[in-house]
Amino acid sequence: MTVLDRGAGDAGARLSTVPPGDAPGSAPPGPVPAGPLALLRRSWRQLTSMRTALLLLFLLAVAAVPGSVLPQRGLNQIKVDDYFAQHPHLAPVLDRLSLFDTFAAPWFAGIYLLLFVSLIGCLSSRVPQHGRALLRRPPDTPRHLDRLPQSAEFRTDAEVETVAASIHSGLRRARWRVERRAEADGAVTLSAEKGYLRETGNLLFHLALVVLLFAIAMGGLFGWKATVLVTEGDGFCDSVSSYDAFEPGRLVDGQHLPPFCVRLDDFTAGYVPGTSQPASFHARIRYAAGAAEPDRPYDLRVNSPLRTAGTRVYLLGHGFSPVITVTDPTGQVFSGPSAFLPADATLASTGAVKLPDARPKQIGLDGVFTPDRDPADRLGLRSLSPRPLDPGLSIRVYEGDLGLDSGAPQSVYSLDAGRIAAKRLRLAALADGRPARVVIGPGQSVRLADGTTVRFDGYREWARIQVGRDPGQVPALGSAAVMVLGLLLSLRVRRRRVWFRFSPAESAGGPRRTLVAAGGLARDDAEAFGPEFVRVVQSAQGGRSGAG
Amino acid sequence: MPVDAAYAHLSDNLLIATILAYAAAMLLYAVEYAFGDRGRVAAAAALTTPDAARVLVGAGGPAIPPSTGDTPTGGTATDGAVRPRTAAFGRMAIFLTVVGWIMHLGCLTSRGLAVGRAPWGNMYEFAVAATLVAVTGYLVLLSRQPVRYLGAFVMLPVVLLLGLGGTVLYVPAAPLLPALQSYWLWIHVSMITLACGIMLVGFATSVLYLLRARYERRTAVGRPVHFPTTLGVRLPAADRLERLTFRVIAFGFPILTFAVIAGAIWAEAAWGRYWGWDPKETWAFITWVIYAAYLHARSTAGWRGRGAIGIALLGWAAMMFNLFGVNLLISGFHSYSGLS
Repeated sequence: MTVLDRGAGDAGARLSTVPPGDAPGSAPPGPVPAGPLALLRRSWRQLTSMRTALLLLFLLAVAAVPGSVLPQRGLNQIKVDDYFAQHPHLAPVLDRLSLFDTFAAPWFAGIYLLLFVSLIGCLSSRVPQHGRALLRRPPDTPRHLDRLPQSAEFRTDAEVETVAASIHSGLRRARWRVERRAEADGAVTLSAEKGYLRETGNLLFHLALVVLLFAIAMGGLFGWKATVLVTEGDGFCDSVSSYDAFEPGRLVDGQHLPPFCVRLDDFTAGYVPGTSQPASFHARIRYAAGAAEPDRPYDLRVNSPLRTAGTRVYLLGHGFSPVITVTDPTGQVFSGPSAFLPADATLASTGAVKLPDARPKQIGLDGVFTPDRDPADRLGLRSLSPRPLDPGLSIRVYEGDLGLDSGAPQSVYSLDAGRIAAKRLRLAALADGRPARVVIGPGQSVRLADGTTVRFDGYREWARIQVGRDPGQVPALGSAAVMVLGLLLSLRVRRRRVWFRFSPAESAGGPRRTLVAAGGLARDDAEAFGPEFVRVVQSAQGGRSGAG
Repeated sequence: MPVDAAYAHLSDNLLIATILAYAAAMLLYAVEYAFGDRGRVAAAAALTTPDAARVLVGAGGPAIPPSTGDTPTGGTATDGAVRPRTAAFGRMAIFLTVVGWIMHLGCLTSRGLAVGRAPWGNMYEFAVAATLVAVTGYLVLLSRQPVRYLGAFVMLPVVLLLGLGGTVLYVPAAPLLPALQSYWLWIHVSMITLACGIMLVGFATSVLYLLRARYERRTAVGRPVHFPTTLGVRLPAADRLERLTFRVIAFGFPILTFAVIAGAIWAEAAWGRYWGWDPKETWAFITWVIYAAYLHARSTAGWRGRGAIGIALLGWAAMMFNLFGVNLLISGFHSYSGLS
């Protein structure tokens, strides 16, 4: 360790906090024995060395880059699908390398696990080392204090014992750890040390980092989250079947979720006057945590989740559910809101209605809901803003076989394009013979050739709500707080030592009876230690009246 | 929440005035730097060595005279050997920096008053705030240490960032999106801004270190120096710049850490998870890991000089990519630049 400016020598080496094998250029001591055990030991030493840790840190940084450049499944499956469509040859290769799940990739896990093994190895030697350092008494005073990076000398009138006792208590008051020793020639020395908190903070930071990793793992194993799209007036209860998407932790089976019900009474989006910029989202919900519990109201907003015992409820998005009433030729009435998904920032939303029970043929509708219809767009696909100022519905009506019984999964937001292409689902005809593709406003209806009527009654709003648990969240927060504390200590506190030697001044009569020599040494940030050393010596000098 | 047009207008005008003042200050710093001797400030810098402590402590005994002849540039600087004209340029530059700083503060404050919220809700506002931190940091440093030589090197990126902010990134004053309506905006973004401004100063000292180190290497073996290495003539010793860089980054790193953690706390409230590898989060992670590597390399592995400084520069590059690249090139949750 070549840290100190000059003359640090042995004292400097002992002040270093670097494990012995880690100093640059130091080879493993002695002849290297052969055999598997030696190899193991050597690999362990290699792994826990700072150079390896640095390399792993860099690898970790580099490994994270593809996760921000390539689309990620965890963030946006649609973008991943787009990428596959655009790069049909490249994408499967990247996929084999887990580059669309970078942060769950085995090689990414490999890097950070190696890093943590290296860290734990490092801690396992440094924690006991620091423990011993805490118990050790400050080291002997070097013979030549004037060779230390900081040094000073002064004389004073008082006796050796008096000066030493006074400076001793002064250092104690300033929270130095002080050791008094007597030397053979009658001189008295004080060795003082301060700044143990630096290494304490350093170890605290790294231990907290390990705890953080465990907290994250705990969330990944026992946490879960689910999203559900709820239209005003509807609700859901806590069971996997009621969720649109359910992401369980690895050890969550989804069968024993805590009982929890939410109803959405009303959703309101506020906008900046005169613009389409949203200013507030506001969902009024009622919830019951447990079957026997009464309903409680809650104002759910972005940035203001509902936190009950363990379960958290968030408002993540919103959209519109047009209310459509279909009357089939046999007189059956199908009516209700259907959630449409926003396609852009103006909330022009696409969706579908499927009526497998309609007779004589099954009926399917798909279309676009526009909250603020653009009068210039005759197809009714464009919206001027997300505010429901002039809602419109542009729909196509299909008849035939929806294929819901075929067993193949279908999106609830669209009709099966394959069946439309195969003419098993045909665009119906209007009463006047034109194809059933119309744009209608609230309250308007359209009549098909076979007598079916489709009416656009209006709209309700929906909110996308996330429900979840993460048992690792609070431990993660706690360890993050400890990390900041540890970091502050380890970067702001300096480990430093001062020594004083008090010897009787033999020379030339007069009142100046004691010669005080002082020396100082800082392991870190030696530059900033200078002024402090000056203060220490000045207060030592000032404490002795008549000195100077 | 309506926008106060008068304040918004005032803020826009103050931005232009600030850029002009800083640009003029930058020129004056450069003039002093190029034509002046090392000046009083730099000569004083040569004294802040461990010797200075010895002088003070020695007050009781015989004082050791300050060593003035051993400056690393070859001994051109002595106490008070300042050409008055070039020093006047430097003083004028500082005056303009302070004037610019006041207008800069006014620009940000009036923007905040115009929109009735923390004035760092989009990229333009962030650029204005981060550069304000950088200039504040420089002025604070200047009041404690003789670092006038840093002036031109701090002002250059500041003027560039403000210029970019006023043209490419500019968006009119407007209220915030609902996801940003949280007191965490104050905490998270102000901490990120602070960290960014501090790391900008660390970046400036890193670049100066490289210049100076190259200058020292070449002059040591008697090889000729060419521009831009010639800029190194008037800089403090490379060793000193290297330590200054470390202290600046070691000061900024806990703030960066806290800022990222505050972001995670906010993300939990706004998006339902505290960490989700959103591109902004990913690059914050990368930046953090690189600066962590710098601190390890510097303080534990004992790397000094170009190796460690290279890591520091890499950290700054990642930070800038997170500010510009991620906002403008990659879409994600943090798409708040206001640009489309």
